[in-house]
Amino acid sequence: MQPANLMLLVIAFVVVAYGLGYARSRSLAMPMGGIRHLKSLPFYYGARAALWCGIPALIVLALWAAFQGKVIQLLVIGSLPPDLVPEGAGQASLLLSKISNVASGALPPGFVEAPIAEAAERLQALRAQSRLYMSVLVVAVAVLAGFLGWIRISPKLNARSQVETTLKWIFFACAALAILTTVGIVFSVAFETFRFFQKISFFEFFFGTQWSPQTALRADQVAAEGAFGMVPLFTGTLLISAIAMVVAVPVGLLSAIYLSEYANKRVRGIFKPLLEMLAGIPTVVYGFFAALTVAPFISDFAASLGINASSQSALAAGGVMGIMIIPFVSSLSDDVINAVPQTLRDGSLALGATQSETMKKVIFPAALPGIMGGILLAVSRAIGETMIVVMAAGLAANLTANPLESVTTVTVQIVTLLTGDQEFDSAKTLAAFALGAMLFLATLLLNVIALKIVRKYREQYD
Amino acid sequence: MNTLNTTVTSEADVPEEKAIPVQDERPAETVIEEGKTVGTPFADDPKFKLRNVEVFYGEDRAIKNISLDIARNEVIAFIGPSGCGKSTFLRCLNRMNDSIDICRVKGSLQLDEQDIYDSKRDVVELRARVGMVFQKPNPFPKSIYDNVAYGPRIHGLANRKSDLDDIVENSLRKAGLWNEVKDRLDATATGMSGGQQQRLCIARAIAVSPEVVLMDEPCSALDPIATAKVEELIAELSESYTIVIVTHSMQQAARVSHRTAYFHLGHLVEVNETDKVFTSPEHELTESYITGRFG
Repeated sequence: MQPANLMLLVIAFVVVAYGLGYARSRSLAMPMGGIRHLKSLPFYYGARAALWCGIPALIVLALWAAFQGKVIQLLVIGSLPPDLVPEGAGQASLLLSKISNVASGALPPGFVEAPIAEAAERLQALRAQSRLYMSVLVVAVAVLAGFLGWIRISPKLNARSQVETTLKWIFFACAALAILTTVGIVFSVAFETFRFFQKISFFEFFFGTQWSPQTALRADQVAAEGAFGMVPLFTGTLLISAIAMVVAVPVGLLSAIYLSEYANKRVRGIFKPLLEMLAGIPTVVYGFFAALTVAPFISDFAASLGINASSQSALAAGGVMGIMIIPFVSSLSDDVINAVPQTLRDGSLALGATQSETMKKVIFPAALPGIMGGILLAVSRAIGETMIVVMAAGLAANLTANPLESVTTVTVQIVTLLTGDQEFDSAKTLAAFALGAMLFLATLLLNVIALKIVRKYREQYD
Repeated sequence: MNTLNTTVTSEADVPEEKAIPVQDERPAETVIEEGKTVGTPFADDPKFKLRNVEVFYGEDRAIKNISLDIARNEVIAFIGPSGCGKSTFLRCLNRMNDSIDICRVKGSLQLDEQDIYDSKRDVVELRARVGMVFQKPNPFPKSIYDNVAYGPRIHGLANRKSDLDDIVENSLRKAGLWNEVKDRLDATATGMSGGQQQRLCIARAIAVSPEVVLMDEPCSALDPIATAKVEELIAELSESYTIVIVTHSMQQAARVSHRTAYFHLGHLVEVNETDKVFTSPEHELTESYITGRFG
């Protein structure tokens, strides 16, 4: 039986176990004078029986499904005649794919050596065997554990606390899974980054001002010596992020002030959702807006002033990115400003301060740490933003501070390096992981600082 | 005729007084005649001359046709059960109700014979003359010095730093706080005790030399010792300021005020000398309230 079908079967067993456990607890309760003489409600006895039936069976199923492939491979390779036993890992995987191709019928057995055809047959037999064993084992475990859970139901049993504890661990496992995934990503990036630094020196990567990752793919290929200095990429990222913040911070902050302090309920009810709609526009739409509308406009406008501007200027990408971030800044600032107690506003107004004086001298200083935290979160968002810059920023790694020139960013380069067929042991491909690690560290640092600031601010009024 | 079971329904952002329908334990025949207040609501040459004041929250009439004079340098206490409109009425005197969108005020309200709700009236100037102290101490998260100097700074009352220092010192002295804080004027105000914070708020209010100080239950968040200090302060301040105080504590009204006004469901039922209100009230609702039959 296939694992998926087997899982459905286990679920059916679980439902049956629930029903049986429920029924047994009720029938035990009847002679005693009703379910109030049970330690727990019948639901919990049923749930307990279901958990007993389901969890061990599913664990066995998962373990079997995870390891059967590897075990079968080892068995197949072990049975090969000595002259065919592969030497390296690469050879082994080639041989195995050949064998499984024969086994699946993609490759007729007549085309390969006899031992391989035999191995293919063996592989198929082993697979069928494994499926059979797995089905039998899982069904046995489900039935046995379910029966054990069912037979042990007694009125004194505190099924409720057992079920609660089990549920707690299931929830914990889900939360842990999310964290483990993150840890896994970090490790995979870190590992490739390590491999990158074995090829390219630390110093060159961090302080080099040249970025041209075109290395020769084959020994006989004519290509430039690659240069892997990340400085122009990070300055490009910073330039575009800075332009984005110049757009987003004043507009977002002032609109938040307007919405929270000046607008009446009706205006607020219309403006706030509209502003937050900006956050719902897909970044790819922002991207072609920047590339096809804003960038040509800027270069035409600059040309009419007699200034030379690139058609992929940092200004266009940064400006549009700023528009994208406006709702982010404004809704975070709005929350922080609203968290300033009304009594402070009243106190200031009652002293004869105007609304803008109250804003400037009382509310804004009180909200400032929280606003700073919000802005830092927005910066980390700008640094990690990819789609807009892929579409609107250039690929040329210019080291410049002129917003009218074309720059490239870390994210753009990662996308470029990893698009298409790539060899996974060249410095060029590995550079993407190193850049990713740097980006990850930078945004992580910003997020940690921002969250610290925001949290510190939250405590102030408690 | 206005029946008694009208209640004030308030929106979420309407200040303190929540709409709690009063338990109807009074004799059924007790009826308030709208606009009629027993006792002595009027005075010669009043500071505030308030006539036929009505306040609406949306469609609901929170204040029903109240007329009252507040004399110069008197301490008048507003008492009454929750939701009777005392705070709402108090907030009309310096237009703190302006910030509530749905609130409308009708009638004639005059401060020194000038209309408070005149459309040309400068609210900043009005609030500089009519200061306010709130229920919960609300010092700004700044230093003690900056809290007191806040008002004088925005009104440009001091030309030099030394003038400002004098104003701060005098205000803190008047509020009886100088000796406690003179060595730590740079300390943040939110670190003080509740009673100190409230006296700081009083110092902050009198730093702009107002003529009137409105107090909205100034002691309800304070412990008895801090309350006693604030009451002492009110007695001292009454020599130079007109004080209007809303309070839930009848003992407090009896201790600090010259006149007491009893509010009931948006009506002003009785205004009399404080002694008279607490010893021989004229209106039976006042009597029920001060004897603790409801409220």
